[in-house]
Order: sequence, then structure tokens, then C-alpha cells
Amino acid sequence: MSECCHCQTDNWEDLERGYRTMLPEDVLAFIDANREKEHSESMLIATLHMVQGHFGHLGPGHLEAVAQLMQVPLAKVTGVATFYHYFRLQPRGKYLINVCLGTACYVKGAEKVAQKLTEELGIRFGETSKDGIFSLESTRCVGTCGLAPVVMIGDEVHGPLTPNQVPNLLETYLARAAEDLVGASTPEQK
Amino acid sequence: MSLPVRDFYRSMADRVGQTLAERGLDDKILIQVGSATCEHAAGSQTVEEEFARHIRASGRKDIVIHRTGCTGRCSREPIVGIHVPGLIPVKYERVNRDLVHRIFTEHIQNSTPVVKHILDHDGETLPEREFLFCEGARCQRSGPSLRDRFSALLEARGIEPHRVRVGAASCFGACGISGGEPATFVLARPEKVLYRLSSDEDLVALVEGHVLAGQVVERLKAKEEPIALEFLERYGDVSFFNRQSRIALRNAGVVDPESLDEYIGCDGFKALTDVLARRDPEWVINELTKARLRGRGGGGFTTGAKWALARKQADTTRFIICNGDEGDPGAFMDRSMLESDPFNIVEGMIIGGFSIGAQKGFFYIRAEYPLAIKRIQHAIDVCRANGLLGQNIMGSGFDFDMEIRLGAGAFVCGEETALIRSIEGERGQPKVRPPYPTDRGLWGHPTCINNVETFANISAILRYSGDWYARIGTEKSGGTKVFALAGKVKHTGLVEVPLGTTLSRVVNDIGGGVSGGKKLKAIQTGGPAGGFIPAAMQDMEVDFEPLQKAGSIMGSGGMIVLSEDDCMVDIAKFYMAFSQEESCGKCTPCREGTTRILEILERITQGKGEPEDLDKLHRLSRLCQRTSLCGLGRAAPNPVLSSLKHFREEFLAHIHDKHCPAKKCVALIRYEINAEKCIGCTICARNCPVECITGARKEAHVIDQEACVKCGNCFDVCKFAAIDRV
Ligand SMILES: Cc1cc2nc3c(=O)[nH]c(=O)nc-3n(C[C@H](O)[C@H](O)[C@H](O)COP(=O)(O)O)c2cc1C
Ligand code: FES
Repeated sequence: MSECCHCQTDNWEDLERGYRTMLPEDVLAFIDANREKEHSESMLIATLHMVQGHFGHLGPGHLEAVAQLMQVPLAKVTGVATFYHYFRLQPRGKYLINVCLGTACYVKGAEKVAQKLTEELGIRFGETSKDGIFSLESTRCVGTCGLAPVVMIGDEVHGPLTPNQVPNLLETYLARAAEDLVGASTPEQK
Repeated sequence: MSLPVRDFYRSMADRVGQTLAERGLDDKILIQVGSATCEHAAGSQTVEEEFARHIRASGRKDIVIHRTGCTGRCSREPIVGIHVPGLIPVKYERVNRDLVHRIFTEHIQNSTPVVKHILDHDGETLPEREFLFCEGARCQRSGPSLRDRFSALLEARGIEPHRVRVGAASCFGACGISGGEPATFVLARPEKVLYRLSSDEDLVALVEGHVLAGQVVERLKAKEEPIALEFLERYGDVSFFNRQSRIALRNAGVVDPESLDEYIGCDGFKALTDVLARRDPEWVINELTKARLRGRGGGGFTTGAKWALARKQADTTRFIICNGDEGDPGAFMDRSMLESDPFNIVEGMIIGGFSIGAQKGFFYIRAEYPLAIKRIQHAIDVCRANGLLGQNIMGSGFDFDMEIRLGAGAFVCGEETALIRSIEGERGQPKVRPPYPTDRGLWGHPTCINNVETFANISAILRYSGDWYARIGTEKSGGTKVFALAGKVKHTGLVEVPLGTTLSRVVNDIGGGVSGGKKLKAIQTGGPAGGFIPAAMQDMEVDFEPLQKAGSIMGSGGMIVLSEDDCMVDIAKFYMAFSQEESCGKCTPCREGTTRILEILERITQGKGEPEDLDKLHRLSRLCQRTSLCGLGRAAPNPVLSSLKHFREEFLAHIHDKHCPAKKCVALIRYEINAEKCIGCTICARNCPVECITGARKEAHVIDQEACVKCGNCFDVCKFAAIDRV
């Protein structure tokens, strides 16, 4: 079966080399490790998770490279990437702010927190702030309903939040971003 | 003949016993810190670091930090337990850096607990001892009267109630384990001894022996080892916990979720040993059938029957899947179980795999739960390294392995056929059933899908028998159900109660009632596929059939408490917006139906509703229910129909009077300043985002209704209640 899956073109080797430069090492290793396994195409979602984990989003080039290297039609890769809410096709800021709009948070006033966030950041849902630090999104329940209303920034969950706490919260992340910037430009640090 | 499986277990248990003994936790002071998503959010990691710093600085070797999962008392996190050998465990709520310092210096080093910060504790002191009487919630025994007589006896001997506390726990689930006569069980803390009492003489013996002479009364010790004893020993004094019956959650908040040893120390993998040693899948299926265990994912299909169906297929390549997609927004019991007791779920799944004859298992977990994914992956790796997964499990000759597949944020993927497509790497769109997955599922092979909580119950049932489990629930469904209590309730968190418990007991007795002294309006169960139970029906028993009859469903266990401040039209709209967004778009009734229903609801909440809208809603909902392809579309109209059924007058008020009784729908309310109450402090004007409030200092202000966006800021900030929402 694997014979026929590797439908190859004359210049496949060149193409493959090109596509391989577009993905990070761990993703390539993952794709290679799965290639010979049974039902390797079922690892598509896991692969996309890895790519997004690395780049923060799935760009057109990433999708094409995944399609080619996994030998799955690009139409299918795109179909999957657009079907699932978790995959983002646009680049996003340093910190992704996910406002929970699940039931528990909704009844506890998540909308007001969301409103405050849009005001403070000056962006709407789905957008990224001009400085590239924050992206604003909404999600349906992060599973900490006991702390509702909650907002997830990066991997960290904050709650219960009142609209008044929003400016301070953003401040801490801004400070962190500034620190990282300083850290990055100090030569002795990697 | 020696049985390899039993030998395997024995040597593993011996080894674990030795390791645990070497750790010697029983003789040390334990600082127990919860480690799960909610705890982390509340700051438990900082708390843990702070304790570690204090321990290092003190140089004491007899103090250790013990990390556990989550107890499910979300609103009081981070909770820290202090266990001093020989004393009743103390739990602190909402611990922060400063409190860590006080707990360490005052409680641990100076033996004076910081009483003011103890979880759910009022009173100045802590008792030396506590006796928890089972209330006989299920067996209607004489528990309460024995308890009263016991208190009277103590009083007669001059023992003050603050020294020896007498409390109650709803049910230890102890009667019937050994089949003897029912009796009243009493847990004595801190000795962790369970007594079995039947007469007044027993009471006297207990007072004289245990309380006065300080000796365990061997004669009265129960032979039964009830399932949640360890849990109650730690948390039994808190009424939020002792009114629950923990089976699926028995280890949550007790064991370190990353320690196989501790899980084995709590009888982990005993059930699997039994199953593999007996080599009799029929026995497992039989016990589950006797237990009347019904799937906890929402459908309530009998688990024994499902496993039997998968087992009898001719195709011998079979799969078992754990559904950890937990899509109901507002539910978090599956996350908590995966994070707090992962080995238990893995054990349940291995047993399932053996029983249906599967070679491979899949965990399907939503990507939004990174910690759950990490813990399950860890559990799988550790099990594999210890011969509990992989080739020749426990020397039994049974080969079985498992892996995790991640969801990617699509609610419909919780539906079993969609979930299978998603594991196959496709778009998660459901298929027409039949064929059911037990006939043709993953890659066309027989596949059994069960919910996380279903698997969490398996090992307990096999250890304590199906009959025992069946006795805990109702006639139609055995056992307990975990609910994720959230919304406008005082104590949010996880509540595990026997099926058949009343809603009121869950919400009022355990949950502490509606927060902020408001009135209960309704209880929502079943999430976007469920409905509302009005406050007037709160004495209803929680079980699959009664809930369905009332127009809701059991669902996976989300329970949202709604108060008088919540508008039912608005909440119905909220759920419909959810379903509309999550509809996968494959079938027309669901894709278009949810969109049109949502449009009508939006119109109504904007004050543009028309009298015939209610009929339209009804017709569309019915159509969507009857003709949709999968459970999503078929259940999506439930919140609308059920709110129409129980709260029709609220819809009518929106449509005819253009009035929102709960004052929630923005288009139907106005803010006005009461000139008599307004003192002109200007705080409202300063907080108005559109600057539509005018007025001079110390004079009554006015709102320009044309410009007002009705954000409610002024209402929230006014300190003189001078702003009316009308
Ligand atoms: C739209 C939809 C969403 C569902 N979501 C879940 C879910 O998140 N978790 C779950 O266990 N079951 C969910 N189910 C039910 C599953 O299809 C399936 O019945 C269940 O996982 C079977 O397990 P059980 O027998 O142990 O309950 C969902 C069903 C539908 C129609
Ligand atoms: S509803 Fe927001 S965390 Fe669950």
C-alpha cells in the first residue's frame, strides 16, 4: 500500500527538500515516524497541533508542507484546519487572551469582562493589538467554571475576574513582555 | 497452580508497600496542596513553592509536601491540608503567601491552628476527636437517633462538644459490602476507625473505651472497608464533602495523580488483577449489568449491554475509546477526574479493553485541557513501564495498549460517530446510525465508546460487586453521578451524589443555595442539549427518566444554577447561539434550523418579537428535533422548548409588553437617575464610556437616553443606589 501512496513526481526530491525546510525538526521527525505506520493519515490533527504549537498559527505554507510530506491532499488538510476552532490560520500576538464565554462564565457576567477587554485593548475579537502583544479570542469553557468568570492568557487561567481588574491584569503581561524584550537583547542571555 | 497475574500483583503491591513505608508519610507532618487546573489558577503553585521555602529554612526533615489532585471545591481554592500525626486533618481555604507564613509558623511549628482561615469552620477551637455518624440516607437506618443519644451520653459525662464533635455523613456505602445486617456506621477521626453500632450498649462502650480511655474498641470495629474512607478521613468534617457519596471521585484530592504507588496503595489495579486472573469477560459484563451502570456521557445507555454488543461481533479487531471531549460549556467533572485520578481511568479502560476483546484503546481529550493530557500521558507511560499496559499485561497473556488523540475545539466531536471521524484524522462530522460504532466504528471495526466517568466507576464496581453499586442508586440506574455545580450558587464545585438524590439537596444542602441571597429561578442540566428545571420542581429526584420527563436531560453532569437575575429568554438564546455555532453544517435541519431559531430569539430579546413567534419557535424546534442527523441537532432545541414550557410568561412579557422581567435584555431596559437619592458625586459621569451623564457637582445628574449604550457601569459604581434599572 505504501508504494502507491508515494505517488512520486520526477522532481519529488527537490520538492521534498523544499517542504522540509518549512517545518521544524520535531514535526518532521513525527511525520517520518508515522509514515510507515498503519492509518498514518489519522495523525493529521496531531501534526497540525504540533505545527501550531511551534508557529502559533497555521499559515498556507505550513498546510501545504504538511499535505505534501504526509501525502494527504491539500484540500483535506485545509478542510480539517478550518473545521476545528482550535486551529488558527492567522498569526497571533505574543499572548493569546481567551475570554471564556461558556455558560457558567456567561451567567456570572463574562460579557462585561469581554467588553472591558475590547475597550482596553482597542481591538475586537479575532484581532491582534498593534504592538503584537495581545490577541483576543473567545472560547467555550476552559473547565474551571468554579472560578467564573475566567479569562485565559497563554496557559494561565485567571478568575473570578471583575471588569475593574482587567487593566491591572493586562499591565502584568505588558510588564512581562517588556522584561522578555530586555532579556532578549542582553548579549549573555540566549 | 500459581496464577501469574495474582503473583504479579502481589509482588507489585509488596514493592509499593515497601516504598510507601520507606517514605513514612504516616509519621510525618503532611502539607497537602492541590494541583489541578483550578488550583493552579488560584495560585496553588506559588503556595507550594512558599511552603517548600519555609520547610527548607526550618531545616525540618519531618515535614513534607504532598501534592494531590483536586477535591472539587473550586470557589475556595487554593485549599491546603495540614496533617499532623494523631490529630484531625485541618484544611485551609484561599491560601496565599501571607497565610502560608502564618500556617507554617503558628500551626506547624507552634501547634496553634489559624482557626479563622479553616475551610467552612466556625467556632474558636478545633475538636480533638470527631465521630461521623452515617445518616442512613439510603437505608433509612436509625442513624440520627443513635447520634442524638451519643451526644447526650457525651454531655452526661461532661465532655464538651467543642472537644469531641459529633457530625454526620450521608452514607459510607458500607452496608451490604459484606451482606450482614444493616447497622449504623460511625467514623472516628483522627484514628480513622470505622465502627459498626447497633445498640445503646455499643454507644456506651464507645464513649468509655474510645473517648474516655482513648482506646479503639476492637469489638465494635467494622469489618467492611467502605470505598471513600480515606477521602472522608481527610475531608469528612466539611459538610460540602460529607453529604456526598464519592465513588468515581474517591481518590480525587487524596492521591498524588502522578504516583502509581499511591494509586496502588489505594487498592488500585486490584480490580484489573481480578479480571485478568478470572479470564472471564462475561463475569465483568455481568457485574456491570447487575450494577445497572448507565453511561455517564449523556445518553445513559447501559454499559454492560454496550460491552456485550461489542464483544459478540465476528470481527476480532476491536477498539475501545474514552470520550474526554467534555463539550458542555459549564461542565468540568471529566477534566477533574482525568487530572486527579488518571490511573483509575486507565484501569477502567484496560478492563473495558479486555472485556470486549480490544487490542487498542484511545483517549480522546480536548486540547483545551493540557494538564489532563499531560497526566494521562504520564499514567500511560508509567503503566507501560510497569507491565500494566502493552504486551502480556501482568503476565496474563493479554496484549493491550493505548494512546491519546487530541480534540481541536469542536463540540460535535463529543458525538461518537464524529469522534471516530476525528480520530481517523477527518473533519468531525457525524454519520448516520446505524451502523452503531459497536458494529462498525473506528476504521470499520467494532468500537466501544464510553465517557470518562463511566470508566471511573468500573474498578469500584468490580471490587465491591455490582449488587453493591446497584443498591446505591435508583431502581433504574445504579450508583452515583458527579455534577459540576456552577453559576449562581454559593459553593461551586464537584458534587457526587447517589442517583435519585433530589435537586434541592444538591443545590441547597451541598451547594449552599443561591449566592448573594437571591431567589432560585431554575436549574439547568444537560448543557446545550438539556433544559431547565424551574425552582418549583427542585424536589425532583435526579435520574435519567425524571429529568427527561421534565423536559431536560441528565447530560454529562453540568448543573448551572440560575437566579431571579437571569432572563430565561436570554439563556435560551445563549444555548442556541452555542449550538448554532457548533453545528457542523452537514445536515440542513440543524444548520438552518438553529440559525432561524436563534434569529427569532434575538428578535425577541431586542423587543422586536411578534405574537406568532412562539408558534414559529415551537414548530421549528420540533422540526429540528425530528429531522436532524445527529444528537446535536436533535437536542439543540431542548433549552428553547423547555424554557417555553416552564417560563412562557417571560417570553410573553418580552413580546407583548416589551419588558424583560429579569432586567437583563439590554434593549428592553433603561437606566434612570433617581433625583432624590443622587447626591451629585459625579462617579457615574466619570465612569460612563459614552459620556452621556451630565450634571453639576452636588446636584442630581441625568442620563441622556438617546446616547446611552446601557452598559450598566453607572448602576454598578453608584454608591447611593440612586440609579434605577427599569
Ligand atoms: C453533540 C453531542 C456531544 C456529545 N458530547 C459528549 C461529550 O463531551 N462527552 C461524552 O462522554 N459524551 C458525549 N456525547 C455522547 C456520546 O455520543 C456517547 O454517547 C458517549 O460518549 C457514550 O459513553 P457512555 O455510554 O459512557 O455515556 C455527545 C453526544 C452528542 C450528540
Ligand atoms: S464556563 Fe467558563 S470555565 Fe466553564
